[in-house]
Amino acid sequence: MVRAVAVVYAGAIYAFIFLPVLVLVLFSFQGTLFPIPPFNGPSLRWYEAVLNDPRLTSALGNSFVVAVTTSGLATLLGFLAAWGLARFELPGGVLLRGLITLPLTVSYLIIGMGLLVFFNALGVPKSLIAAGVGHVVINLPLCFAIVYSQMGEHQANIERAARDLGAAEWQVLALVTAPMLWPALFASFFLSMTFSWDEFVISFLLTRFDTTLPVEIWNLLRAGLNPKTNAVGSMVFGISIVLAIVFELTAFRRRPQ
Amino acid sequence: MTALLAVERLCHRFGAAKVLNNVALGVEAGSYTVLLGPSGSGKTTLLSILGGFLQPSSGLVTIRGVDCTALPPARRPTATVFQDYALFPHMSVGSNVGFGLRMKGIGRSVRVKQARDMLAVVGLAEAFDKKPHELSGGQRQRVALARALVVEPAVLLLDEPLGALDLKLRRQMQDELKSIQRKVGTAFVHVTHDQEEAMALADHVVVMNHGRIEDQGPPERVYGRPATRFTATFMGESTLIPGHVSGEGRVETPLGHFPATGLAAGTPVRLAIRPEHVRLSSTPDAIAAVVTDVVYQGSFKRVTLAPAAAPEIAVVARLPAESNFRPGQPILVEFVPAGIVILKD
Repeated sequence: MVRAVAVVYAGAIYAFIFLPVLVLVLFSFQGTLFPIPPFNGPSLRWYEAVLNDPRLTSALGNSFVVAVTTSGLATLLGFLAAWGLARFELPGGVLLRGLITLPLTVSYLIIGMGLLVFFNALGVPKSLIAAGVGHVVINLPLCFAIVYSQMGEHQANIERAARDLGAAEWQVLALVTAPMLWPALFASFFLSMTFSWDEFVISFLLTRFDTTLPVEIWNLLRAGLNPKTNAVGSMVFGISIVLAIVFELTAFRRRPQ
Repeated sequence: MTALLAVERLCHRFGAAKVLNNVALGVEAGSYTVLLGPSGSGKTTLLSILGGFLQPSSGLVTIRGVDCTALPPARRPTATVFQDYALFPHMSVGSNVGFGLRMKGIGRSVRVKQARDMLAVVGLAEAFDKKPHELSGGQRQRVALARALVVEPAVLLLDEPLGALDLKLRRQMQDELKSIQRKVGTAFVHVTHDQEEAMALADHVVVMNHGRIEDQGPPERVYGRPATRFTATFMGESTLIPGHVSGEGRVETPLGHFPATGLAAGTPVRLAIRPEHVRLSSTPDAIAAVVTDVVYQGSFKRVTLAPAAAPEIAVVARLPAESNFRPGQPILVEFVPAGIVILKD
């Protein structure tokens, strides 16, 4: 009896979480003009429509480029910051560490608005690059935290050994530190990609003509519901799931030793 | 002959704590030097300074006559074997050993050959393609040794290299270290707190305590004629007996008088007696004592005695395994005259 209640309860939770997504995905295969019951499909016509829409495909490409470059940059900067703060005694090191993770607690809206005002004052126009800067700002603290948590004293000794054998500082970083930390770096990169891929508010505030996919979808939604939005939403969701799975696999993979 | 490595007037502090105090040391080419001391004696700090990982507060480190005090580790002719081995976990054993050569810009084929040769020297030729995590502790130790030796350092520094191994493996690796050192001919400087290890390995043993060098010399001399009370009790066991020099070239102690030369009358001294220099006696001036403790150690019995004349002095004796003493029994002993060491207080 108790077991039955538990099963129903768990079922309800998962339905609550996943049903909207399932409905979204289901009606992306709708055969007719409206994403409402009854379902008459499956049909790929709306996917075809998405791929034939140059605005959506270029937004898809933009999103991809922004996600890859900002994640790469955030991972690189996060790694360097983590290494610096983990390996060197800096004046105010604890404070610096706190400051670098602070953006994690600030809402994307505030960060986006702050950047908008700042870029305006500098005369920097709205663009994908401006939005990319925003994505680095939100993802760098995350990358820093992940990499920093993986830096231990044992690795410091391994770096010392490399220096002792004649490695210059950049060689220590490139040949020893980064390869030792690659699971953390990989995880940082893919988590950043997941966040950048989905990010709407900052991109909305900081881009104008060329924009990212979430903003383009929002534009599409303003014209009303349409199975095409379902199709593009399903594609975004599918790619997010892939990124999340890659992240989980790298972050929680059992490592030898 | 000037030493290969020389340390002069070396001092180091961590904040207010003085961890090295006016240390002077010479390491000869091809020698095996062991820095021996309890934890906190400054031996690891000294090794870090030799390796260039720490800048001393003051003093001078020269290698082959060149001042290396301020040189970073990469630019001095030393290589270090770390206590935790510090192998590169993502590289194969061969790449680990070849790393130093790669940093010198030596081409791949030469590198591979030299790395293979050095792995053969340490007895691990077959491990070239393995990853460090596939090896046992003792094998990793050898890889670390090969990695440091392949760059042909003037001095190889070893930080408690056997500390992480179990006792049996430790004794075995100890013999191998010595034979590898003889084979390659590099000067080794080895830090340990294990006095047996020190005696087995060293040509030159350096006993450290509280940031100072208490004594240094060949292990036979340091063990047989220790220069200080600390050395007498840390490097092997000794019974210390307080006394003072009397007029006629003798030391008066609660346990009788013993010959002494070259010391002014009235000087307070201590006699240091090794357990193996305490033997059973039946002469008229034998020391009467009571057995307080007997520990069977296999090849001998470690017997603790309380002399009747001064029961507060616990005399430790090494008696034959077949001797049959029990606590509470009376016993008559004497000190082997050649084994008595007189230390100024």
